[in-house]
Amino acid sequence: MIVHGQTIEKHAFEAATGWVIKPEGACKAETCIPLPFATDTEDLPAVALANAMNLPLVEEPRMDVLAIGPDSLGGRAVSSAKAPDLCLPDLDGTLHRLSDFLGQKIIVYAWAPY
Amino acid sequence: MSVWRALRDEVHHLGVELITVGLDSLGSSGCRAAIEAAAPTHPALIDTHHDVARLFGVVNIPQSIWIDEQGMIIRGVTSAPPPPVSDAGAPAGPPPDLPARMMDIMGEAAHIESDPATYHAALKNWITHGADSPYALSASEVINRSGPQSTERALGHAHFELACEAVVQDQKAIAVEHFQAAHRLVPDSWTYRRQAWSLETVAAAGPFERFWQGPHPDHPEQWPYEGDWLSDIRAEGPANYYQPWED
Repeated sequence: MIVHGQTIEKHAFEAATGWVIKPEGACKAETCIPLPFATDTEDLPAVALANAMNLPLVEEPRMDVLAIGPDSLGGRAVSSAKAPDLCLPDLDGTLHRLSDFLGQKIIVYAWAPY
Repeated sequence: MSVWRALRDEVHHLGVELITVGLDSLGSSGCRAAIEAAAPTHPALIDTHHDVARLFGVVNIPQSIWIDEQGMIIRGVTSAPPPPVSDAGAPAGPPPDLPARMMDIMGEAAHIESDPATYHAALKNWITHGADSPYALSASEVINRSGPQSTERALGHAHFELACEAVVQDQKAIAVEHFQAAHRLVPDSWTYRRQAWSLETVAAAGPFERFWQGPHPDHPEQWPYEGDWLSDIRAEGPANYYQPWED
């Protein structure tokens, strides 16, 4: 996920990664990773978070952004069958979440105009 | 896109929502024409940074993910050919005066193998039978069948997102650097390669400029990537372009 500046919004991180920030650390399924900073604030230090969770981090100072890659727990692209709450805009900029459509079967089709 | 709208209109009354995700770092400007032409009745979303690659493991298009009513993936990333159609009304051949490279691309594409009948029979079976369908996988099968992940690939996803962000910020040279890293670290992703290649447009290709995906015929030395669509499809074999259906 792309981070502008040095901090990352807790909710944005949770939505983008499937990890949940709890008092005991960053948690997904049965796994909790302790974090070496206070987690009761909305903004989290991006670099410290990535380092504590052993997430890949690429900094791009020419644009003042950094990118945090996904975890590689279990060695598979999907580490839980619970679908992450994908959140993307439509042509009008209206955001849609996967969770908006729960209660129905959902088929996600990836396509590209090239 | 229009085929997905037709499918959605066919199955929506059965309690199914179809969501299309357009992968393009050009964002709405890249996806708009196709979406507007299809006038979709379903949510047609735009994925500027290819979030579905990082979150689900999408590596080619079209690919699908099936999710049940409770939000559990019951069949992860799968090659998803459009529904089978009869030959009646199909174009007789490529348009006239197509550049030679585009003729070669279409020639290789003709050898790409897919099995729409099997895919759509399985999809209809799941829509009808839900968890009792033999095509609804257990949680452990969903995880085990998902693509490989490693620290190197995860780093590649981060580079790719930075490349897309550089495209958004109109920083082409920076984008190329991160695309190159992503291609090296996630070598089996056709979407990561095609996204980068499609931005190196060649005016001679006219309306096919984003499908040229290779060196400029007059300046091949300026091509910034190791591979290109035609070279890579020939090296890997068009029969291997899509993962075959797995029951």
